[in-house]
Amino acid sequence: MPETAADLSTMPPAVAITGLRFRWRANQPWVLDIPTFHLANGERLFLAGPSGSGKSTLLALIAGISRPAEGRVTVLGAELTTRSGPARDRFRADHLGVIFQLFNLLPYLSVSDNVTLPCRFSTRRRARAEAAAGSVAAEARRLLAHLGMDEPGLVRRPAAELSVGQQQRVAAARALIGGPDLIVADEPTSALDTDRRLDFVDLLRQECASVGAALLFVSHDRTLADRFDRVAELPALNRAPSAG
Amino acid sequence: MAILSLAGKSLWNRRLTSALVVLSIALSVALLLGVERLRTQARASFANTLSGTDLIVGARGSPLNLLLYSVFRIGDPTNNVSWRSYQTFAAHPQVAWTVPLSLGDSHQGFPVLGTTEAYFQHYRHGRNQSLRFAEGREFTDVFDAVLGAAVADRLGYSPGQSIVIAHGVGAVSFALHDDKPFQVVGILARTGTPVDQTVHISLDGMEAIHADWFGGAPIPGLRLSPEQVRQLDLTPKTITAFLVGLHSKTTIFRMQREINTFAGEPLLAILPGLTLQQLWDLMGLAENALLVVSGLVVLVGLTVMLAALLTGLNERRREMAILRAVGARPGHIFALVLGESLVLALVGATLGVLLLQGGLLVAGPLLEARLGLAIAGWPPSRHELLLLAAVLGCGLLAGLLPAWRAYRYSLADGMTLRL
Ligand SMILES: Nc1ncnc2c1ncn2[C@@H]1O[C@H](COP(=O)(O)OP(=O)(O)OP(=O)(O)O)[C@@H](O)[C@H]1O
Ligand SMILES: [Mg+2]
Repeated sequence: MPETAADLSTMPPAVAITGLRFRWRANQPWVLDIPTFHLANGERLFLAGPSGSGKSTLLALIAGISRPAEGRVTVLGAELTTRSGPARDRFRADHLGVIFQLFNLLPYLSVSDNVTLPCRFSTRRRARAEAAAGSVAAEARRLLAHLGMDEPGLVRRPAAELSVGQQQRVAAARALIGGPDLIVADEPTSALDTDRRLDFVDLLRQECASVGAALLFVSHDRTLADRFDRVAELPALNRAPSAG
Repeated sequence: MAILSLAGKSLWNRRLTSALVVLSIALSVALLLGVERLRTQARASFANTLSGTDLIVGARGSPLNLLLYSVFRIGDPTNNVSWRSYQTFAAHPQVAWTVPLSLGDSHQGFPVLGTTEAYFQHYRHGRNQSLRFAEGREFTDVFDAVLGAAVADRLGYSPGQSIVIAHGVGAVSFALHDDKPFQVVGILARTGTPVDQTVHISLDGMEAIHADWFGGAPIPGLRLSPEQVRQLDLTPKTITAFLVGLHSKTTIFRMQREINTFAGEPLLAILPGLTLQQLWDLMGLAENALLVVSGLVVLVGLTVMLAALLTGLNERRREMAILRAVGARPGHIFALVLGESLVLALVGATLGVLLLQGGLLVAGPLLEARLGLAIAGWPPSRHELLLLAAVLGCGLLAGLLPAWRAYRYSLADGMTLRL
C-alpha cells in the first residue's frame, strides 16, 4: 500500500492483507487463502459469508490473535505478521475494539468495569479516555449514554444482570472506549431481535463515525448490509474451498 | 497490576468452590501442623517425666526395662534390690539423697508405690517442678495413702476415704489386703506423669500388708491385725529400685560405674534422661508414620485444589477469550491462574494456622488436664514454618498445570468463544 510518512493527511488503511494463507493445523487444508483484502481508514464494511467459511478466523488474524502461515496482515500501517505475540497483544489493546456474538462481558464485573476493561491493558486507551471525559469512568458513562444506556444506577450493576441487548451495547461501549482505530464485530446482532438489530447497527455506525474508527462487521444477516459503506463476500475473497 | 484486581473479583465470583478449596487446604495444614506440634511437644513432655534425678538403680537387667517399671510402672522387675545394698549407697559420701521405690501391688488397676517422705521432697518433673499437694498432706502413719491426681479423679476419692490394696497388679485381683485398709490423707496436684496414676504409701505400710504373707499368698493360720502389725519391725528386706541424687553432676559416671560393679549384688544404674531418649527413639517409627499420613492429607488438599482449578478452567475459557480480546497477553492468563492457586494455598495455609491456634485454645486445657500434655500454641517453630513454606511451594506447583493449560487454550481458541 503506498503511504508517505511525511504526509499526515494520508492515513494508512485500517486493514491491508496480501497473499494470506491460514490453516488451524499443519496437515489440514487451508481455511483461508486470500490474495488481497482492503479496508480503508474510517470505512464501514459488512463482511458476509456462510457458517464455517472462516469469518471468525479472519477476524482473529486481523486482531493479531492468530498468525498466518503465509502472507502479510497490515493493520493501521503496522505489519502484524512480523511482530511477536506480546507485541501484537499490545497493539490490539491500543488500537482495536472487539465485539463478540454473545457473552462479551465478564459477569463478575460491574457494567462500568466491563466498559473500562481495555484501559487496564492499554495506557494509550486510558489516556485518550481520560482526555475525552476527565476520567475513564466518566467516559464509560458518556459512551453508555450515547448507546441509550443512561438509566441511573446501571453502571454499577453486575453485567450478569443485563438483558442480551443491553449486554451487546455494553460490549460496544467497551470496544469504543479510548478511541480505537478499528472496531471488529463478530456477529454482534445475532442474539438480538430484528428491531433491536437495526438500532444496534445504527448506534454502532454512528459511534464509529464520531470516533473516526473503521468498522469491520461480520454477519450473515444481509438485511443489515445496506447500512454499510461497502459489502464484501468472504467466499469471493477466499480461494480456499469452503468447508461450511 | 490491572490483572490482580481482576483475579480477585473472578475468585470472589467463584467463592463457594474457592471457599471449599481453601477449607480443605486449611484443614490439612491444621492437621499437619497439629501432628507436628503434638509430636515435638509429646517428645519434650515425655523427656520431662523425670528430672533432677541423676541415677535410677535397680537389679541388673535391661536399662529400658528398669526405666519402664520404675518410672512408668510398666512391666515387672526381674529382681529386687536388697535393703542392705540400698543402705550402702544411701550412705555414700557422693550421694545427696535417695528415694526407695517398692512396687508390685495395686488398687483398682492403679499401681501402688511404697516409698518414703523423700519422694515428695526429691521427685521432680518437667523443668525441675516438685510435687505439690492439691489436698491433704504427706503420709505419716503406716496406713496412710497419698493419691495421684488421676486416681482421685477417676475413682472420685477425697481425703478420708478408706481403700483396700490388692496383691499383684491385675485390674481385677482376688487376693485383697482387705484386713488392712488404708486411709487417703492427701491428693497430689496433676503432673502429667505416671505419678498421677499412682497410689503412694509408706514403705512401712507396704511391709505391713505383707507381714503375714509369704510367696504371694496369706500364710495359712497366720492372721495379724493392723494393731499387731504396728508392733513389728517394718523395715523392708528388699525394694524394687531407688532414685539417686548426687552432690555433684560431675560424679555421675563414676557413681554409675561404681554401682554397676558393686560386689554385694548385681545392680544396674541408668541415667534417666539418656534412657528416656532411647525409649522415645524406639517409638520414632510410629511418630514418622504419623507425619507421613498428615503429609498425605496435605497432598489430598492440594489435589482438591488442582481438580477445582482444572474443572473451573473449562468454564473460564470464555473469560479468558474476553480478556485476550481486550489485549491481555497469554502471560497475563498464565499469571491469573497461577496467582489464583497461590492465593488459595496462601489463604488456606493461613486459615490452617489460625484453625490450629483456635483448636489449641479450646482443646489445650483439656489435653493438659486429661493427658498432662501441655501444648503451647504460639509461635510456630522454624520447622513448622518450613513445612508451611513447603505447602505453599506445592500449591504453586499444583497451580502450574492449570496455568499452563489456560495459556495453551488462550493461544488455541483464537477469537472463538468455546462454551
Ligand atoms: N480453534 C479452532 N481450531 C481448529 N479449527 C477451527 C477453530 N476455529 C475454527 N475452526 C475451523 O475453521 C473453519 C472456519 O471457522 P470460523 O469459525 O472462522 O467460521 P465462521 O465463518 O466464523 O462461521 P460462523 O458463521 O458459524 O461463525 C471451520 O471449518 C472451523 O471448523
Ligand atoms: Mg464465526
